[in-house]
Amino acid sequence: MPELVITVARFGFLILLWIFVFTVVGVIRRDLFAGARSSRLVAAPRGVGASTNQPAPPGKPAKAKRGRAAHQMVVTAGQLAGTRITLGEAQITIGRAEDSTLVITDDYASARHARLVPRDGQWYVEDLGSTNGTYLDRAKVTGPTPVPLGVPIRIGRTSLELRP
Amino acid sequence: MTAAAAPAASPASTGEQSGVRLARSRRNAELSLLLLAMVLVAAYAAMIEAKALDTITSDFWVPAAALGLVFLGLHLVIRWLAPYADPALLPAVALLNGIGVGFLRRYDLAQAAPAERADLAIFAGTGGRQLAWTLAAVALAAGLLAILRDHRTLSRYAYTLGLAGIVLVMIPAVLPGRFSEINGAKLWIRVGGFQIQPGEFAKLALLTFFAYYLVRKREVLSLASRRVLGIDFPRGRDLGPVLVVWLVSILVLVFEKDLGTSLLYFGMFVVTLYVATERVSWLLIGLILFFGGAYLAYLLGSTVGGPFANFYDRAQIWLDPFAEPYDRGYQLVQGLLTLGTGGLFGAGPGGGQPTLLPEVQTDFIFAGIGEEIGLFGLSALLVVYLLIVERGLRAALAVRDSFGKLLAGGLAFTLGLQVFVIVGGISKLIPLTGQTTPFLSAGGSSLMANWLLIAVLLRVSDGARRPVTGGRGPAARPGGGAPDQLHGAPTEVIRP
Repeated sequence: MPELVITVARFGFLILLWIFVFTVVGVIRRDLFAGARSSRLVAAPRGVGASTNQPAPPGKPAKAKRGRAAHQMVVTAGQLAGTRITLGEAQITIGRAEDSTLVITDDYASARHARLVPRDGQWYVEDLGSTNGTYLDRAKVTGPTPVPLGVPIRIGRTSLELRP
Repeated sequence: MTAAAAPAASPASTGEQSGVRLARSRRNAELSLLLLAMVLVAAYAAMIEAKALDTITSDFWVPAAALGLVFLGLHLVIRWLAPYADPALLPAVALLNGIGVGFLRRYDLAQAAPAERADLAIFAGTGGRQLAWTLAAVALAAGLLAILRDHRTLSRYAYTLGLAGIVLVMIPAVLPGRFSEINGAKLWIRVGGFQIQPGEFAKLALLTFFAYYLVRKREVLSLASRRVLGIDFPRGRDLGPVLVVWLVSILVLVFEKDLGTSLLYFGMFVVTLYVATERVSWLLIGLILFFGGAYLAYLLGSTVGGPFANFYDRAQIWLDPFAEPYDRGYQLVQGLLTLGTGGLFGAGPGGGQPTLLPEVQTDFIFAGIGEEIGLFGLSALLVVYLLIVERGLRAALAVRDSFGKLLAGGLAFTLGLQVFVIVGGISKLIPLTGQTTPFLSAGGSSLMANWLLIAVLLRVSDGARRPVTGGRGPAARPGGGAPDQLHGAPTEVIRP
């Protein structure tokens, strides 16, 4: 083997090693930005979204559809703060029970505390007979209540919000 | 009506796209990264042959291809069973494992007589055994992914696993030295020609138990406290568990004569405790306890000797390896010289002298590789470790239950700590102890345990990134029923 080829191969290998590292970082970076972009959407000026701050009357689901649909649920306070759940078609159950979608280990939460259910693109929060109650902003949730974007749902020491 | 419907439809559709974007499985990214990693492994093998044999044999690619097939198999299993798992974990680990196998084969080439080098069989020697172990370990990881469909299932077996962990740790300590001692450290079970290192598996079992225990106890550990100098310290009676683990790790240090393992167990527990309670005071207490204990062992070693003598010896070598460069300090001095010979860019794969370094296939593999790829290449490998740990911590942040958070965070930290302990040891930052370098060192126990660890991380990250589908809670038709029907739906379902 000519010395030149070996030297070129040697440095080529080291460069390839770093290319691998940076490719992995690139993949991870896009992963991280996927979350960052959606939080930027929250801060963006709200044209259509302004109307979503007013809770839509429960009887008129058509009106609720006019706002941007919620696509993420973010835990903003409590032990799970920072956790995001990508919303799909399925309901989200919250409580201390191990099989809840969001498992809260909090003395003030019940085993099956509350659930979030989608209906025609609008999410409804419903208290499942918890001991200490579920609050939408300041109001205690008694029946299925539509959840506007960015309004905190409080369960024990945990707060969560829907985000677009 | 149409005017009202049109604006309603468009945000929903873009929103759906963004929903899909957020929940991409990213399996194709994993596949291409994996291919790139295997190209690197094949290139490494080719360069080793070019330098060590002066020619590239026609089947240099066979080990790389065999590894590639195995990892491809695991990739397919992930596609099937954990489609939302983190895309960076598998390729990063595959690269390290491949480089490890390549280097061990290179070590076999250096050991063999020059005439026999060209036709060294693929499954021969240390490299071949490592290749076979990799196949077994990856199969085990795939099996774990298949059995463990949800990481929360693990919490059911937490106490069993905790007990199993303690037993595994204690076996080598109580076995007579001739069944358990290699190079002064009693970490093994040796039966016939076969040896396993139970501590590697105990690590995983104990961590599962710690995570479960701390999820239960964290309220009391983080709420009841006294404030001293701006830091919240726990009450005396809550110190119990941490003192017990500290005692166990000191016993490991004394009876198994291994600082690294003891540091690993203790660090694992303290960091999981810190993650659970968010209290800096636990880190302080942990550091003080550990350094206090190690210093005490050092003092006892210098005066009393006995079980502490081994640790005292190692500390002496660490303080001044050049005091007896041909005797006790030989290994460490050779390691340092090897790293020095490598310099910035190394001698090129195949260009080093790995046979001059004792234990180059296990403890000192990082120095051996460093001689040939230099600081430039070694730092790339360290960054790959860093990325694996980062992905583990990321999974811990994203997962939706506390047990998963503690489990993934603890596992990722343990892997990082193990790399620190061994790389710190060979570069003379801390006293050298016989830890394996994860995924690089020769040895089936370490390889299997670390692949199992990666399988658990993959499972947790899959749980964290998977979009919510299918109600696992009280039965209700997703999206079905009008709000007033929901109101009448069952509000509490208690399952046994």
